[in-house]
Amino acid sequence: MPFESLSLETLGDIYIGVFGLAVLLYAILDGYDLGVGILMPPRHEGYRDTMISSIGPYWDANETWLVLAVGILLFAFPDAHNRFLQTLYLPATFMLLGLIMRGVSFDFRAKVAQVKKRKWDLSFKYGSLVVTLTQGYMLGIYVTGLRTDLWAQGFALLSAIGVSAAYAFIGSCWLILKTEGELQEKAFHWARRGLLALAIGISAVSLANLTLHEDVREMWLSAPSGYYLAAIPISCFILLSLCAISLKKLPAYKGRADWLPFAIALVVFGLCFAAFAVSYYPYVVPGEMTIEGAISSAGSLRFLLVGIVIVVPCILAYTLLVYRIFAGKAEELSYY
Amino acid sequence: MDVLLLSRLQFALNMSFHILFPTITIALGWFLFYFKLRFTLTHHPVWMRLYRFWVRVFALSFALGVVSGVTMSFQFGTNWPGFMEKVGNVAGPLLGYEVLTAFFLEATFLGIMLFGIRKVPSWLHTLSTLLVAFGTTVSAFWILALNSWMHTPQGHEIIDGVVYAKDWWQIIFTPSFPYRLTHMLLASGLTACFLIAGLAAYRQLHGDNKLAPKIAVRTGMYTAAVLIPLQILAGDLHGLNTLKHQPQKIAAMEAVWETESGAPLVLFAYPDEDERENRFSIEIPKLASLILTHEAEGEIKGLNDFPGEHPPVAPVFYSFRIMVGIGLLMLLVSWFSSAVLLKHKKLPRWGKKVLVGMTFSGWLATLAGWYVTEVGRQPYLVNGILLTEDAVTTVPAANVGLSFTLYALIYMFLLVSYIATLGLMARRAVEIEEITSEEREMAKASRMSPANT
Repeated sequence: MPFESLSLETLGDIYIGVFGLAVLLYAILDGYDLGVGILMPPRHEGYRDTMISSIGPYWDANETWLVLAVGILLFAFPDAHNRFLQTLYLPATFMLLGLIMRGVSFDFRAKVAQVKKRKWDLSFKYGSLVVTLTQGYMLGIYVTGLRTDLWAQGFALLSAIGVSAAYAFIGSCWLILKTEGELQEKAFHWARRGLLALAIGISAVSLANLTLHEDVREMWLSAPSGYYLAAIPISCFILLSLCAISLKKLPAYKGRADWLPFAIALVVFGLCFAAFAVSYYPYVVPGEMTIEGAISSAGSLRFLLVGIVIVVPCILAYTLLVYRIFAGKAEELSYY
Repeated sequence: MDVLLLSRLQFALNMSFHILFPTITIALGWFLFYFKLRFTLTHHPVWMRLYRFWVRVFALSFALGVVSGVTMSFQFGTNWPGFMEKVGNVAGPLLGYEVLTAFFLEATFLGIMLFGIRKVPSWLHTLSTLLVAFGTTVSAFWILALNSWMHTPQGHEIIDGVVYAKDWWQIIFTPSFPYRLTHMLLASGLTACFLIAGLAAYRQLHGDNKLAPKIAVRTGMYTAAVLIPLQILAGDLHGLNTLKHQPQKIAAMEAVWETESGAPLVLFAYPDEDERENRFSIEIPKLASLILTHEAEGEIKGLNDFPGEHPPVAPVFYSFRIMVGIGLLMLLVSWFSSAVLLKHKKLPRWGKKVLVGMTFSGWLATLAGWYVTEVGRQPYLVNGILLTEDAVTTVPAANVGLSFTLYALIYMFLLVSYIATLGLMARRAVEIEEITSEEREMAKASRMSPANT
């Protein structure tokens, strides 16, 4: 068996890394298409068509990162996975129902009679909203170490709003990149509001986070680790300010840097994720279960690692290929 | 109701709904590849017409398959934690390989296949279609490898009650795997054949005299006529394999209570599990032994030899008869239609009506077949290793009751919407004009021009 030399500890680190990568890619990729879903304006069919076109070729593959993330957690850290989904049985169910509704609406809307199209659009919008809220809620409960007391619930609600704002923000940045004209102006407007909500959300979640775990508070607030770690919120703040400026100035630049807000959003997502990872490594369930305590058997981990090493680069390569093929402003979707 | 029953119902519901769509897309992907290939070779616009219509059906079916598949992937954690605790070391990598080698491939290239035809060279579009078809088939390979291992486990060792993988080759290629994979792929092929022919016949009944539905009916029926005897053979071999490895399942399928030589084939009966006998049975002497052991006096083990270890009899018994019944009907319809088509080039009106009636027959047969094999594995989740009741969640029954109800409502609604939308798409296609003379000229020109050889 290849990778025989890797110890169980190293394998645990590799798998938590792959899990993290899948979660981050999911949050960014499905994040923008969920965000576009939340933003769907009920009154403007033309906008809705273009918005759907902008995510049409991608959403299937975006959602697959969720399956990979859940799969890795299920397989590499089965105890953590079981506890997570047992505790969050109902929110997970509602998230899945939301994913079902939005996923199918996308395909039904284009194929049904005109009168029904709007209903599918609304089911797409509200399905997306259910998904983002429940994902934020689940993330919140997860961060507390799967607590279910009142304070944890409050934190989870905050996180639900924060995550939805983040998705709406990256969704509007995506629309700035992929659309033009009136809809793009609208997207700038959404992005400005989303940015404000996101900034408040990040600050609130970060502060509330400090109340949850003793050792995390210590890590962030004491010298010398606190000084290094301060770089994360500071660069996040600078980036968000830059983004605010660019959202103001860009409309005058006639589309020469439409990619900028989305690029900034990418980095901000990455930073938030990094802050999260630094805080909770080496836990799989914060404060409750470590990587070492949850890891499954080395032989099976090595067997799948062969596939991961070969296939994940291929996946990334052909994902990039698809993004290159459909680069540029979204065009009307047609099957031929 | 207790949490075990509710969880089983929920899993059965999710699985039953999910499998409908891969059953279509696995084979439909290959049909689309065939249509695109024919277009590339002949430049006749009708093949593109076929491609366009069926790629939309594919997109819709694929979306339903994806969302219900995502739901499936959460069921292990939400309702069956014992499954991963006990056999996760085997199940995990097989599921992992499915996601890595199949899901991303199909989902990513689907984008090019659906929307990329004007953005990429034709060969890349054809290649994307091929990769999507290939991805759906690879997905079937991995998930059936896992499912087969759950029926005929091997290649592992059990230490302190937990299963560890020893030999991956043995784990993937278990004795029942080749039969199950073949049986399922053929089932998918037949489901797609009858869907294609059925929807095309529906278009014709609505006054569509164009070339595309004519070709679709022919393609569907000729292919079905070839596949159905292969399927009957594959099913027979699968049955023999099951007799060897899971005799209690065969006993339930045939409702054989006492071990006997020269067992009769029970055509119909009411298997009474309390009295442990068949009532109202119609039998053909010795036929079950002949079919299963290929000997008139062959011995078949009865259910009473497996006290407490055999599946509930009635559901397995009835499902098996539904599957076989539809299979025989498929044989009859596809051979008859093919014969008429070969001779008269077209079907009579009532023949088309039969095809419309058979549109979703593949679904029924596939579901019935899965019920035979999955209910037939009870009371085990992993044959001989893990009991279903030992794997179930401790979540309150009320929560599972709520989620089950919501899934049931949403799936019923989606199933109705799906069928209604296919009907609508077919009726709309009737109004699309016949191939224009311009297209015909283009096709002719490209056939003659040496640049396109």
